[in-house]
Amino acid sequence: MEHKTCFHCGLDASTSEITFDEKSFCCNGCKTVYEIFTVNDLSCYYDLQQAPGATPKEIAGKYNFLDNPKIVEQLLEFNDDKTQIVTLYIPHIHCSSCIWILENLNKLNPEISDSTVNFGKKTVRVTYNSENILLKDLVTLLNSIGYEPFISLDDYSIGKKEINRSIIYKLGVAGFAFGNVMFLSFPEYFEVGEFWLEQYKHLFRWLMFFFSLPVVFYSAQDYFISAFKGLRSKILNIDVPIALGIIVLFTRSSAEIILNIGSGFFDSLTGLIFFLLLGKFFQQKTYSYLSFERDYKSYFPIGITKINEEKEESIQVYDIQKGDRLLIRNEELIPVDCILIKGKARIDYSFVTGESKTVSKQSGDKLFAGGKQLEGSIEVDVLKTVEQSYLTQLWSNDIFKKDKALAFTNITNSISKNFTIAVLSIAFLATAYWMFVDSNKALNVFTSVLIIACPCAIALAAPFTFGNILRILGKKKFYLKNASVIEQLSKINTIIFDKTGTITTNKETTINYEGLQLSQEEEILLKSTLRGSNHPLSRSLYDILNEHEILTLNDYKEHLGKGIEANYNNQNIKVGAASFVGHSMDTATLNTCVHISANNQYKGKFTFYNKYRKGLSKLFNRLKKDYDLVILSGDNEGEKDNLTKLLPTKTKLLFNQKPEDKLEYIKYHQTEGANVLMIGDGLNDAGALAQSNVGIAISENVNVFSPACDAILDASKFNQLHHYINISKSAIKIIKWSFLLSLIYNMIGLYFAVTGQLAPVIAAILMPLSSISIVVFTTIATNLLGRKID
Amino acid sequence: MSVIYILLAISIVVAIGFFIAFIMAVKSGQYDDSYTPSVRMLFEDELIKENSKKSILTKKE
Repeated sequence: MEHKTCFHCGLDASTSEITFDEKSFCCNGCKTVYEIFTVNDLSCYYDLQQAPGATPKEIAGKYNFLDNPKIVEQLLEFNDDKTQIVTLYIPHIHCSSCIWILENLNKLNPEISDSTVNFGKKTVRVTYNSENILLKDLVTLLNSIGYEPFISLDDYSIGKKEINRSIIYKLGVAGFAFGNVMFLSFPEYFEVGEFWLEQYKHLFRWLMFFFSLPVVFYSAQDYFISAFKGLRSKILNIDVPIALGIIVLFTRSSAEIILNIGSGFFDSLTGLIFFLLLGKFFQQKTYSYLSFERDYKSYFPIGITKINEEKEESIQVYDIQKGDRLLIRNEELIPVDCILIKGKARIDYSFVTGESKTVSKQSGDKLFAGGKQLEGSIEVDVLKTVEQSYLTQLWSNDIFKKDKALAFTNITNSISKNFTIAVLSIAFLATAYWMFVDSNKALNVFTSVLIIACPCAIALAAPFTFGNILRILGKKKFYLKNASVIEQLSKINTIIFDKTGTITTNKETTINYEGLQLSQEEEILLKSTLRGSNHPLSRSLYDILNEHEILTLNDYKEHLGKGIEANYNNQNIKVGAASFVGHSMDTATLNTCVHISANNQYKGKFTFYNKYRKGLSKLFNRLKKDYDLVILSGDNEGEKDNLTKLLPTKTKLLFNQKPEDKLEYIKYHQTEGANVLMIGDGLNDAGALAQSNVGIAISENVNVFSPACDAILDASKFNQLHHYINISKSAIKIIKWSFLLSLIYNMIGLYFAVTGQLAPVIAAILMPLSSISIVVFTTIATNLLGRKID
Repeated sequence: MSVIYILLAISIVVAIGFFIAFIMAVKSGQYDDSYTPSVRMLFEDELIKENSKKSILTKKE
């Protein structure tokens, strides 16, 4: 058969045989979206990008909570009698077609007056007439075209968030003043003593003074605050010498123009602050569409269906009371601890425990918050409220309130301590010397030393290096939360891996057969039997068996939770659990197995193994030289033998680890001096990721959800991990070289300062020159570094 | 009154004018999203292209 892909979503469409308009589609959902677009003159969607769409999902009842006006009110950004504005997060936004179709929503529904996409944040801001269309209709419309918005507990009251733009304002003010002051201070550098300049220089100087006021008192205020905080907690951070430099620069310059003895250093002052802020800005730009702060709120739904005397009602998750009866639909997350009352539950707890197998529950069993219901709807009675449930209690651990960046002294601050002490002693020594030689010059020398020693270049080295490394790693699909992660990463000595989803892939499994050889007929029968079953294990087993003609079975029966049974011409086959096929031995095995028996004779079993990521062994062998390697798994020991074969013998393997166990394990090793890198994927690792020095979440698709962490690593780049750690180490080296370079500049400057010959023009040349050369040096060095790891 | 005062006054007024424009631009959110506008500006043409394509199709029929 010819290979065809879906015109809408790009998935394989060779087996579906759905064609429309001479185009093939993988499913009716995709075809419907195509029809909607062609009918509304929006087929241009497919011209901008090939197969840009997503299959719309079945959402019947899922958004019923949007009927509740109290919930809707919390989601809206603006609400008038007629107009409502809402910003929705849509994970599928990924190309220009997405922007185009979402900004043309009003063609699909004229009640929508405006829609604006923010591609970076993957949001769309929609303005609509609320008299004729409700938020629920809007969400349904978006879903029907394959752009299902993601609404979670995290969005609650999101409309009220303010964006902090103060760094741009400060940078703007500093840049504006810097440019003007430069232009006003230039004449005096070149034509000193000329007649017209003598006449106007006072005006020029006062103008410079006024330009520098907002820079010192507005743009630079963060440096004063940080220096003050540092001094109060008795730490000499890098902002102390900077703040000191700014204060001295400003007071000396003001004194010079007030007493009419010189033009001051206003250009150096404004330039210094401008460059410092530029470095800050450069480092701050991170990935707005990735969230590193997710907790359970991002996963939980906002609303849930409550059953009130046979009537269904949508209520907020926070309003759930003990004793309420709730309806959990297929694929919905259970938000609270509860007891199963009605229906058959098959719960996926992989969020909470990391255990990949689903659990079946009978009515009367206890269900924990965080599980996902997989088979049909169930009814439950609430035992605890959201805040008191098992999963959410993990988040009340103190570790989630601690800011890692504040807890450790970064490289700049550790050098600045010695630097500040050295500068101050040089200043006092030089002043003392000049007191004896020429006391008129003493004050001049004192201020000059403090001005020229202002560690502008040192303060710039780290932001520019880290900022650039962040960008380089981002291109290589390793996304860091902020710059301090690079530094932490360079210091680690222990690496801890989660198992399921981290070193194994979620998508694929390897299957092994043990037992008696199946005859040709038996294999044909098995394949035909499996074809009828929709169970995920049957599907993957079906795919690996050789191609055979498919028989029409005489009898086929599926026993829920046990297995399947089929008959064909006196031949009988049973596929399923050990007890079902009449096999009692060997129940101790921990791996997922499918047992086969033919004509009541036991044949053997297919064992499903996790498939490990490509290059796992190689990566571990590379890492074992420099780091302690540990595997902490929430799963059972079924894979132990496999792992010991695959990994270096030194690797520690620990199984059946609950989320708290992982956290405690890391905490214990940290008290013994280990710097831990934790690599995990699920919500069950969240505690461990937060406790570790660096927590990396691994993700098959970085746009979907990963737990709170310091960095997100694309799963395809997992085997590159050692390169990334090496980059962080090289980055620290680059910074140290930059420090050396800037110290040389400081030496030259100090020579002028100590000998009492620091003219404003020398400061004006030396300070920008040192800053710019540091920026150039770090940029070139980091780019070379980035090229090396391709 | 020397001409330099006038020139200085003009230059500062112009500079402050641009500065105010910058502040207003930031305030209105122009700097919040630096990617989408670069894609959006190319879309107007696409709409026209689609219309013209349609008219060609109808002519053929």
